[in-house]
Amino acid sequence: MIAKIYVTLKNGVLDPQGKAVQHSLESIGYKEAQDVRIGKYIEVKLSDMPKSEAEKKVKEMCEKMLANTVIENYRFEIV
Amino acid sequence: MKFGIVVFPGSNCDHDCYHVVKNVLGQEAEYIWHKETEIKGFDCLILPGGFSYGDYLRTGAIAKFSPVMKAVKEFADGGGLVIGICNGFQILVEAGLLPGVLMRNRDLKFICENRYLKVENRDTPFTRLYNKGEVINVPIAHADGNYFVDDQTLKRLQDNGQIVFVYSTADGKTTEEANPNGSLLNIAGICNEKRNILGMMPHPERCAEEIMGNVDGKRVFESILTTKI
Repeated sequence: MIAKIYVTLKNGVLDPQGKAVQHSLESIGYKEAQDVRIGKYIEVKLSDMPKSEAEKKVKEMCEKMLANTVIENYRFEIV
Repeated sequence: MKFGIVVFPGSNCDHDCYHVVKNVLGQEAEYIWHKETEIKGFDCLILPGGFSYGDYLRTGAIAKFSPVMKAVKEFADGGGLVIGICNGFQILVEAGLLPGVLMRNRDLKFICENRYLKVENRDTPFTRLYNKGEVINVPIAHADGNYFVDDQTLKRLQDNGQIVFVYSTADGKTTEEANPNGSLLNIAGICNEKRNILGMMPHPERCAEEIMGNVDGKRVFESILTTKI
């Protein structure tokens, strides 16, 4: 099983990288691109275990290491 | 005094710190490899600058789980002096020894240049030989020095006098132009409530002897020497 983890910046945290990409999208004609936020996508291959157990473990991984919860949110799906 | 310089895979300012402690200040200095689990006989620990674990994931995010960090935390909990410089500061915030986080610089660039700092708090073991409000010139060299913390914690830092250094103009004004990386309130260095842990992005070890053309950083180390352990 694989955990697909998305780490994104919290609202209100400035994302200069996202801003630069948004400006660039606008400058090549995509006026509809109003805001861009850049995050991380992480895949973790897990050993076999009940899904509820996997969810607990992945949550721990996110809290302890994969995300810095001062500035980042995370969400994940296990497939 | 005996200083321990913690070496992580990817640390690169460890030798500079060792040199200043040993050869400039004439104190005892020893490297501590990050795999060590016991730290004994030291008066002050330095977490030097560099790129521990290649800054993978986030700066300091992997180094905080190095075996040595548990011992560093115990040392600090017991009142031992700890100073984290640049990557060392990033590791201290990731490890929760100091509040906040150091994000990518506002302009997304690695900045390597001299910067003016104002000494906001001289009532710490690391700054007591400076004058209050004194402006010093210290080099910075980082891509992730943009200090951020939630409003509540920021207020607490202000109320407790935990903001130690701020980026300023040559005459001590904390303007937007004087802020190289977008840090909240121009913060360049903070300490914990007990004042025995200091984290700073600028590099005092790079301006601590005459031959470097600047000795503004030397008093950080000399201040430590005047501290009774």
